Amino acid sequence: MSYDATSSLDADTREAIDIDRTKGDFHFPERHKFDAGRGLTEKTIDYICDVKNDPQWVREFRHKALQVFREKPMPTNWATKDLENIDFDIIRYYLSDGEKPKRSWDEVPEEVLKTFERLGIPEQERAFLAGVEAQYDSEAAYSNMKDELTKLGVIFVNSTEGLKNHEEIFRPWFGKVIPTSDNKFSALNSAVFSGGSFIYIPKGVKLKQPLQAYFRINSENFGQFERTLIIADEGAEVMYMEGCTAPKFETSTLHSAVVELVALKGAKIQYVTVQNWSSNVFNLVTKRGLAMEDAEVRWIDCNIGSRLTMKYPGVIMKGERARGEVISIALANSGQHQDTGAKMIHAANNTTSNIVSKSISVGEGRATYRGQVHIPKHLKGCKNNTECDALLINSHSRTDTYPAITVRGNQHATQHEASVSQVSEDMLFYMQQRGLNEGQAMSLAVNGFINDLVREFPMEYSVELKRLIDLEMEGSVG
Amino acid sequence: MSLVIKDLHATLEDGTEILKGVSLEVPAGEVHAIMGPNGSGKSTLSKVIAGHEGYIVTSGSVTLDGEDIFEMSIDERSRAGVFLAFQYPSEVPGVSNANFIRAALQSRLPKGEELDAVAYYKNLYSKMDLLEMDRKFTARSVNEGFSGGEKKRNEILQMLMLEPKICILDETDSGLDIDALKIVAKGVNAMRSPDRGMLLITHYQRLLDYIKPDHVHVMSAGKIVRSGGPELALELEAEGYEFLKDDALAPA
Repeated sequence: MSYDATSSLDADTREAIDIDRTKGDFHFPERHKFDAGRGLTEKTIDYICDVKNDPQWVREFRHKALQVFREKPMPTNWATKDLENIDFDIIRYYLSDGEKPKRSWDEVPEEVLKTFERLGIPEQERAFLAGVEAQYDSEAAYSNMKDELTKLGVIFVNSTEGLKNHEEIFRPWFGKVIPTSDNKFSALNSAVFSGGSFIYIPKGVKLKQPLQAYFRINSENFGQFERTLIIADEGAEVMYMEGCTAPKFETSTLHSAVVELVALKGAKIQYVTVQNWSSNVFNLVTKRGLAMEDAEVRWIDCNIGSRLTMKYPGVIMKGERARGEVISIALANSGQHQDTGAKMIHAANNTTSNIVSKSISVGEGRATYRGQVHIPKHLKGCKNNTECDALLINSHSRTDTYPAITVRGNQHATQHEASVSQVSEDMLFYMQQRGLNEGQAMSLAVNGFINDLVREFPMEYSVELKRLIDLEMEGSVG
Repeated sequence: MSLVIKDLHATLEDGTEILKGVSLEVPAGEVHAIMGPNGSGKSTLSKVIAGHEGYIVTSGSVTLDGEDIFEMSIDERSRAGVFLAFQYPSEVPGVSNANFIRAALQSRLPKGEELDAVAYYKNLYSKMDLLEMDRKFTARSVNEGFSGGEKKRNEILQMLMLEPKICILDETDSGLDIDALKIVAKGVNAMRSPDRGMLLITHYQRLLDYIKPDHVHVMSAGKIVRSGGPELALELEAEGYEFLKDDALAPA
């Protein structure tokens, strides 16, 4: 398929375009008005602050983070050596168009439209992904939602706006759930973050509709270093959804996001992610939630894309009877390593945590589960339940499990179950005898394996998820 | 429809011969029973016809309406009309009974055509009613946690829904109490038709009280050694398989 992105553009624009045609699925004719250049120095930080017009304290915050980033070693003593393939000097740490990408539906490649069909992507999302403005005005959808939310007192802006215009709300928690020095990549994010969602839900406000990441349109789309902070005040409830099932093309090879959640007394935050970055991306994410008294933080996470994902959503249960949960699905195909898990830190009495992780390794894919559960001696009545199941499809598929459970004191209950299995030959024969070919049988078996977790995702995603897994399974048999 | 098995020889993967020249014809509209002692190769015969990869066909042929089934993959045979009611049906965790049967029916439709959901459920419920199966079985994962009897009934349900040309029932009666047996027989009998053939593999005469066969064959040491009418089953019931030691390889 030949799609010439430059054909309909004028000479100046064509010159300004820098498109990498060697990888990815489809290309935006992008015009980068703001470009920090390659590599990371103090100048890069200042460039970013200047473009954004960041307050002085943010500028200082970023500079300090750069120092921390430089001091910290790569964690290859425990993580994969593949991390050494990241070349920090060629990465562009800040790119912006200044305006949203615009395209009409006729300019969208046929293959892209077909992918949307096959995955059952909702109309609004298709428009956003294709950079189309005309037909499905996502900007309009966004402004409508903004009006509703403003009436309720909800704040839903990007990180730059959040820190500049709502400092009194966000600054107290910014960098508290995940300090700059938490790890090398949270330090990196703290230095160059841009984009992401800053959300505040007032006391008692329980949002009925989930907030979608793509509603928040701004010029820094597909942020490499997104910074998200969600604060649910006492008794508030919110569900936030990010990511999508369509493969995302990125010139950048490194994505390092930080997500901080704060659920105050009696509040509930659910954060749903479906990640399907293209296969050249290093996706290194730090996600953590703080749950106060009677509050709940729930991570519902699905990782299908990227070359390497390292992500361990965590919950610190700081108030009595707080609850933390991580529901995780990972699919690793050839050339992929999904290194995921969860961290549950119990810091108050009668707190409960639940981890359910299911991974599928296909071809030569590698899935790793790392789980940390920490219950200290002085606490009483805490409970943790962990279940991690791995499914190996082919003979070279790989899975590893590293549970680290530290429970001290008495009057606690901890349960850990793990399993590794293959799709049984008998089961495949049974399904084929009913008329399903090998590929269909395998898909059905895999969907069955993750079925109870897929049901946790909002409906819009669960249909796409099933189809996406079917697509990934194609070609894995035979 | 007719299933014609001609001098079929098959071995295990290690070369041990299990089927040593089986010849049998099941014409449309007839019910044939195969009986025989353990190890005679009855179950193996059913698996070889279905296409199980654990067996190697060394010679002979099996045709369905003149078409060579060995040219077909497991699922192609199924879509051509071969149905095997398993002796030990597999569990399929996380896949509901309704979705599983639906996927099986969908696979038989031409590409692009979608199964009509309303008609499907109507059909499914009526067959479940015939088999006195509680509606809750539609949402349960296929065979997961089912009792032996429930699994066998689920096999018959699938058979009723898929409407095959040749039904091979591999020891469907094993592990069933009388009441369950009667219901299974009801389902099987409901499928008797001039276009359909049936092959019942069983140890015991009891099943044949409820599903009356047209012909009975006795299999021993990988071959069919005797054939007769329904009275042959009664004779076996009375005499046991001892007679085979004398008759052994004498052709029927």
